[in-house]
Amino acid sequence: MTKILNLISLWALPVLILLILFVGMIRKVPVYEEFTKGAKDGFKVAINIIPYLVAIIVAISMLRASGAIEMLANLLAPLLKSWHMPADVLPLTIVRSLSGSAALGVFSDIANNLGANSYATKLAAVMVGSSETTFYVLAVYFGAVKISKIRYALIVGLLADLVGIISAVWVCNWMFG
Amino acid sequence: MNYIFFFLIVISIVIGAINGKLQEVCNAVMSGAELSVKVAFSLIGIMAFWLGMMKIAQKSGIIDFLSKILKPVTKVLFNEIPPESTAVGDIAMNFTANAFGLSNAATPFGIKAMEELQKENKDKTSASNSMCLFLGMNTAGFQLIPTTVLAVLIGIGYENPTEIIAPTLLVTIIAFTFAVVLSKILQKVWRGQDLPLTPTLSPQRGEGENSLGGNE
Repeated sequence: MTKILNLISLWALPVLILLILFVGMIRKVPVYEEFTKGAKDGFKVAINIIPYLVAIIVAISMLRASGAIEMLANLLAPLLKSWHMPADVLPLTIVRSLSGSAALGVFSDIANNLGANSYATKLAAVMVGSSETTFYVLAVYFGAVKISKIRYALIVGLLADLVGIISAVWVCNWMFG
Repeated sequence: MNYIFFFLIVISIVIGAINGKLQEVCNAVMSGAELSVKVAFSLIGIMAFWLGMMKIAQKSGIIDFLSKILKPVTKVLFNEIPPESTAVGDIAMNFTANAFGLSNAATPFGIKAMEELQKENKDKTSASNSMCLFLGMNTAGFQLIPTTVLAVLIGIGYENPTEIIAPTLLVTIIAFTFAVVLSKILQKVWRGQDLPLTPTLSPQRGEGENSLGGNE
């Protein structure tokens, strides 16, 4: 099982690239010219998202530095204990939607400190693996097309994260508990 | 978004002051701003590569082919996109790349899809229903194999790291389905263009803080 999965991870990228190039050649597409035409937009897109990224990443960095996340985690601790959520995993539930690198950091921390056999490591792994960083995706995708009125998009993203957390606890309780 | 931005910063400063971490909060402004530009710049190269690949895929008909295959599904989900739009194909590419854990490729594909959706959008500053749905699908982070997590687990000597794949997939499917269903419901209910413009939803000071906490 592990071997097959490693094989898939290793080959997904080369297969996708080869597929696009082969079909392009068969259909007589001037692949080099079209590639460079498309690639030209890379710079523009990256520049477009900067203002949106700055707004969101600065606000979230400030929030993390202020200690608000730890305060919220302490407030929520008694509530979440009743659902068999280890205290170590708590900060992760809050950080997950805000910052991908922070979430990965918290997860590595849990994994390294509590080890492979701990329930917290498994739960944290499922939580990190099953979700995307909502605020980052929002900034990049809407920033690239200069959307500033986001309507209900954030509500959907955050509620889906909440549902993800609840189901992660439930599934892990059931499988590893 | 205006309120969220406002509250995130006000809360950070107030709580930072209470915790005596005001200096850290100030430093975070600098480091956060620097990080944003680093993130954006680190995207340029890989973005250019995949946008180039995407152009070949588009010219050779791969995108159109994917659009055709997925029409029955997308007709229901993205019912506001005209059938001739290539957005569906771009969405399919984004979804496939995400599923296989190729997030580097998924982002440019997703941005391409957003650009196509933007062409059909009437108000260019406000997200359309299709855009909200597409964003919801992406924030749910559908992935067949969580490659980064597996790498960390293997790193700490986890004997059987693949045992987390099944629960992760189950959770991500639940969250993904929820995001799609909720987007479709809100699409019908949501009349306003944005949070601050809908009077019933404009948060009071206290409510705003609650809703922030509640979402975690």
